[in-house]
Amino acid sequence: MIGIGRWGRLVLIGLPFAWLGLFFLFPLLIVLKISLARGAIGIPPYTPLLFDDGSGLKIQATLANFALLASDDLYLRAYLGALGNAALATALCLALGYPIAYAIARSPGEWRLLLLFLVMLPFWTSFLIRVYAWIAILKPNGLLNQLLIAVGLITTPLPLLNNAFSVELGLVYSYLPFMILPLYGNLSALDESLLEAAADLGARPIRGFLGVTLPLSLPGIAAGSLLVLTPAVGEFVIPDLLGGADTLMIGKVLWDEFFSNRDWPVASAVAVVLVAALAIPILLAQKFLAQERAA
Amino acid sequence: MPASEAQPVMALLEIAGVSKRFGVTAVDDVSLSIEKGEFFALLGPSGCGKTTLLRMIAGLEIPDRGRVLIDGVDVTALPPYSRPVNMMFQSYALFPHMDVAGNIAFGLRQEKMDRRRVAARVGEMLALVQMSDYGGRRPHELSGGQRQRVALARALAKMPKLLLLDEPLAALDRKLRAETRLELIGIQERVGTTFLLVTHDQEEALGMASRIAVMNRGRVVQIGAPAEIYERPGSRFVADFVGEVNLFEGELTAGFNCLALTIAGFDRPIPLSPPAGITLPEGAAAALALRPERLRLCRERPPGFALAATVASVSYLGGASIVHLVAGGGRPMKVRLPAGADCPPRGAAVWASWSPDEGVLITQ
Repeated sequence: MIGIGRWGRLVLIGLPFAWLGLFFLFPLLIVLKISLARGAIGIPPYTPLLFDDGSGLKIQATLANFALLASDDLYLRAYLGALGNAALATALCLALGYPIAYAIARSPGEWRLLLLFLVMLPFWTSFLIRVYAWIAILKPNGLLNQLLIAVGLITTPLPLLNNAFSVELGLVYSYLPFMILPLYGNLSALDESLLEAAADLGARPIRGFLGVTLPLSLPGIAAGSLLVLTPAVGEFVIPDLLGGADTLMIGKVLWDEFFSNRDWPVASAVAVVLVAALAIPILLAQKFLAQERAA
Repeated sequence: MPASEAQPVMALLEIAGVSKRFGVTAVDDVSLSIEKGEFFALLGPSGCGKTTLLRMIAGLEIPDRGRVLIDGVDVTALPPYSRPVNMMFQSYALFPHMDVAGNIAFGLRQEKMDRRRVAARVGEMLALVQMSDYGGRRPHELSGGQRQRVALARALAKMPKLLLLDEPLAALDRKLRAETRLELIGIQERVGTTFLLVTHDQEEALGMASRIAVMNRGRVVQIGAPAEIYERPGSRFVADFVGEVNLFEGELTAGFNCLALTIAGFDRPIPLSPPAGITLPEGAAAALALRPERLRLCRERPPGFALAATVASVSYLGGASIVHLVAGGGRPMKVRLPAGADCPPRGAAVWASWSPDEGVLITQ
């Protein structure tokens, strides 16, 4: 940091903080404020936090919305359902994404860019359109069932859509690139002479992988898992479009509270608890990554 | 290449006609054998194929042609993890996620050695490289010299039949390099393991090895003891690459009672004492190699053969001085004078002399 000066340094560090404050913390505080209000008929559809009843400014806040979340086990089941689905999707993305990232990182230089491009290619099409495409593939008379019937593997269509399977498939399909990219970044930076040293010291390829590659790729695994887990927990489009009546995920509950029930305070409380629940694994991973970096 | 060496009954390492191409030929039909207990050096400029040859011995590259035998067993097609050799990498390649003891134990654990024996062996190795207090450190917490010791200990832990060292001192600073050189020799004598060292530094090879193979463009151009390589270079390349040298190109002529070399610009042919058993036609192109420390300088013309020259400059090195001369025909020459010798000033007219057996006739 030579030549920037004290003010320059402040601006440099302050900029990301200002960004986060303006676009993350400030909206979050608004949501927090709404979560402490009561529902009301009007615009906006909740009671104000501060009001003047003629005898001075008063604060009006309630924890009733949070109490509601605790009293109705629908919310708890929705949180756990979302977490379970997202955790399974993260594990599947890791199982699929690790070999893909490894193969790309080990492929010849001129292939790597093309392969990475292919990984990112789906982003060029709208997320919604891609989810709708899965409906066309999975529905009872959809492409996959037609194909399976045509080749004679099945005689009646399989129930592929609107169940736990289709939700999981949609999550894994949508978030796989977020696992592959950080893992690729990590694995491509691995010093190949370490693997040569392991082989030279008598380690067969599988032991070299388990003893050297895997432990050194833990930061990549942690980063990829977070990038998949975090958005997958709050996901509502996939459970809404690919899920069935029994699919319970908190993102969808939140959506329904906001847009079907127009109960902004309860929806906000759901969001606040969700953010808090997600912050814990993120902070844990952050601590782990910091330790890795220090080591 | 001297074919005079008798084939041993069974060399520890036998390389027979090994070649390897990566687009261009990296190693070209190399054969050599190394005896048990030797400290052998592969010396050559960067890109001469010495590291590729080392990697083929380790199993990290597979030769296109030829065979590699270790202790009489053909290992040409064996993967690195099945060979009784270990390598010390130029970058050290220490595992960053393991501490020093973990790094040294890595190879032993692959053999499923029981934990107490692993710990004992690790302790032994740490003591050998004087790192006993550092077992719990991570590689990034060590200095360059300490990492180098850990890499050596790790490579020696499995008691390999042959230890391969790829430029082991290249990453150290000058002073540390000199100390480490002595340490490596000491460790080699203590453990008795055969060492095969790859280096581009001729001082390193001359100072450590019991035998040296000089490589150029994928081929071994000369094999011999350090003194032999230095004193009797077999080619212009070896004479020039190993140490400082004055090379005079000329034509062979019959001189007074002996063979001589006629050099353009010199007023008389230089008398030679040709190596025994070599017959060369008169008029053949040849070169005379003279080490700078073999030359003597006199202000007065000495008896016998001497070359007239002028002092162009003098570089003072502390322990010695290098006098740069210009001889007949504008030919530059270097003379190394020990400290305390009478050093002529710039511009002085001097006579450079040597005895005929101090010059080496080179025909390749």
